Amino acid sequence: MFNMIIPAFIVGGSICVIGQLLMDLTKPKFTPAHVLVSFVTGGAILTAMGLYEPLVKIGGAGATIPLSGFGYSLAKGAMEAVGERGVIGAFSGGVEATAVGIAAAVFFGYLMSVAFKPKG
Amino acid sequence: MADNNLRKPTISVTPENYKALTQQFTPKPTFVKNVVRAFVVGGIICAIGQVIINLFIASGLSRVEASTAGTATMIFIGALLTGLGVYDVIGKFGGAGSIVPVTGFANSIVAPAMEFKREGYVLGVGAKLFTIAGPVLVYGIATSIVVGFVYYFLN
Repeated sequence: MFNMIIPAFIVGGSICVIGQLLMDLTKPKFTPAHVLVSFVTGGAILTAMGLYEPLVKIGGAGATIPLSGFGYSLAKGAMEAVGERGVIGAFSGGVEATAVGIAAAVFFGYLMSVAFKPKG
Repeated sequence: MADNNLRKPTISVTPENYKALTQQFTPKPTFVKNVVRAFVVGGIICAIGQVIINLFIASGLSRVEASTAGTATMIFIGALLTGLGVYDVIGKFGGAGSIVPVTGFANSIVAPAMEFKREGYVLGVGAKLFTIAGPVLVYGIATSIVVGFVYYFLN
């Protein structure tokens, strides 16, 4: 149960530090939205170059929980589907691999927004 | 004229000097503090994610399924804590440490949707869910398709 917790902490923390530096060094151009978009895109590109997979091996959730891990799943899904189904896989693979995450985000997001009132 | 009544400055301050002086009194950038906080908060969130994934593996899911289920669980937790107003507090402390993990993605979905509920359930909640998630999905999915194409033509 406590497998991989220290690597997850270190890798996850380091990825977040990159986001923090991006925001602090480019203030005020880089908003949280920019951080999230660049992490998804960056994660997908690093995966395509074969550089993100090793990070997932080392850091486990430390690499998959940050949004760059979402980009990793998208790119990995697209490449695997291309291998199985050819060019149509480029369109289906990414969304298929991340369908659970996207559906969970929409469903839980909607539920909580309806259930709760904003504070303050 | 009022200007004539002012005494001459006793020290000669050139614009350069002035710049140096103001720099001396501006608070030091909080880079180090922010970085440490982002590391600790981001690290803790990912460690919690790892514990959840380990529990899913122990319950019999494969590694990939457990990772997917773990991500969905973290999205649920992030959305719930945003609704309860707790994630705001974590965010003020953790900076990017609370934005970059998928819990921060859930926060970026719930926070604007909740805020714009008074504009209705279609154009308020429904539309604002995607204020930040929209761009993330657009760039994420588009990139994955380009990656798929490049992979297709290279093989």
